[in-house]
Amino acid sequence: MSKRTIIPFGPQHPVLPEPVHLDLVIEDERVVEAIPSIGYIHRGLEKLVEKREYTEMVYVIERVCGICSFGHGWGYCKSVEGNMEIVVPERAEYLRCIWHELSRIHSHLLWLGLLADGFGFESLFMHSWRIRESILDIFEKTTGGRVIFSVCKLGGVRKDISAEGLAEIAGILEGIKGELTELTEVFLEDYSVKNRLVGVGKLSYSDAVELCTVGPMARASGVVQDIRLDGHGAYGKLDFAPVTEEAGDCYARCKVRIREVFQSIAMITQAIAQIPEGDIAVPVKGMPQGEFVARMEQPRGEAYYYSIGNGSKFLQRMRVRTPTNMNIPAMVKTLQGCDLADVPMLILTIDPCISCTER
Amino acid sequence: MPVLKIGKMVMGSLFKKPATLMYPVISREWQERTRGQIAIEMDACILCGICMRKCPTDAITVEKASRSWTIQRMQCIQCCCCVEVCPKKCLMNKPEYTTPDIKKISDRFEKPPEEPKPAPAEKPAPAAGEAKAAPAEGAAKPAGATKLEKPAPAPAE
Ligand code: SF4
Ligand code: SF4
Repeated sequence: MSKRTIIPFGPQHPVLPEPVHLDLVIEDERVVEAIPSIGYIHRGLEKLVEKREYTEMVYVIERVCGICSFGHGWGYCKSVEGNMEIVVPERAEYLRCIWHELSRIHSHLLWLGLLADGFGFESLFMHSWRIRESILDIFEKTTGGRVIFSVCKLGGVRKDISAEGLAEIAGILEGIKGELTELTEVFLEDYSVKNRLVGVGKLSYSDAVELCTVGPMARASGVVQDIRLDGHGAYGKLDFAPVTEEAGDCYARCKVRIREVFQSIAMITQAIAQIPEGDIAVPVKGMPQGEFVARMEQPRGEAYYYSIGNGSKFLQRMRVRTPTNMNIPAMVKTLQGCDLADVPMLILTIDPCISCTER
Repeated sequence: MPVLKIGKMVMGSLFKKPATLMYPVISREWQERTRGQIAIEMDACILCGICMRKCPTDAITVEKASRSWTIQRMQCIQCCCCVEVCPKKCLMNKPEYTTPDIKKISDRFEKPPEEPKPAPAEKPAPAAGEAKAAPAEGAAKPAGATKLEKPAPAPAE
């Protein structure tokens, strides 16, 4: 038997956008075991709930993650709105949907770029991010922020998008579709990309279910799981089916995310066609009392928001459970037995967001 | 062939104008909604301190004694919560970022000291009409006298 060595991987590593540390137990070039440790970026955002009024807390919760910021804001609002039995106007629900799906496109394009960067395909990385830029421009124009939007508030949204604005968004999305198709062909058909992805880090259906994976990671292993299917917000009125793949390897995960980009574009187009006129917010009165759980489908998977109010203006407790939290066990599982050189790919394909895991 | 496909995209971008901006040389185009920085119209401010209490990052300090309103620019997260809650609507969002700095800058705005009131209370009660007019005049005065648009920022060193 060859000698076992431990190689520390991270918290600072070129493929890691955020700090996570792994102790890789190596035998020859093979990983026998991976021991993850997190805790480098804990910010204590949940604790802040005791110091910030429930109406202002949405600004804090949005900052749980820089990429799914809108989704987190929405999740928090959904949870507190459920608590206070607020019914959000329909137009606001549609607008939330549009922004959330735009976030998904931007998140997946960012991830595709990082993946390309991970296997050393620099021009692919640049092009993915160039396309993503037009989405960020939409954000800036409609919300005022490129990353953190601060448009979601309790009872609705802060800003409306005019009919021309919506038409413009539809036009931009139509425009990037062509470029995305070109990009897709490279991601899914280029032999050098395939060499790095196909058959790497297989996660079987049963493992995916057993390890409670969520989001694209689960869907790439054939698990049909998508919180949007419960029809919250305007999702109930949009026609879509979760994107799934069977293979469960890195390639399947890449494919799921690319297909989801196109799916999101289709959903936004539908939402723009259907959006009703009307109010964008209802006034919020009273204080939250009781507890409520809301679930959201973030770009990385299911996120969970629990809030409990005690009738004062500060919530008693707020709990956010983010998708990466749930995908780390699956990552550790796929790392067992892989090649050392494939470790970066495996870590990247769960689309780790450590900041939101630690909050 | 797939290799040629990225080749097409790469070749295309060789002849297109750059996707990036030569940033400081060519300035950015701000959108109307861009949350750049918070500006205040000091004349309208009544120093009520609501913005200070509601700010999620405690970036604003309102001092009644010195009649000043101070914002820590680096602490502010441009959430515009203060703009929303201000009862006088004297806070606004300016669609332009603050200039980059290596220091934690703060901007302090002051209202001129309150002019001694014409003291209508001291007057005997009968002159009700006069008493009503006097404070109105007093309130209008500082507004006209001071147009404190943007005083020199006070660096917090
Ligand atoms: S809330 Fe408005 S009026 Fe009150 S102190 Fe702040 S800026 Fe002045
Ligand atoms: S924009 Fe937000 S963070 Fe900045 S001063 Fe106003 S309330 Fe505070």
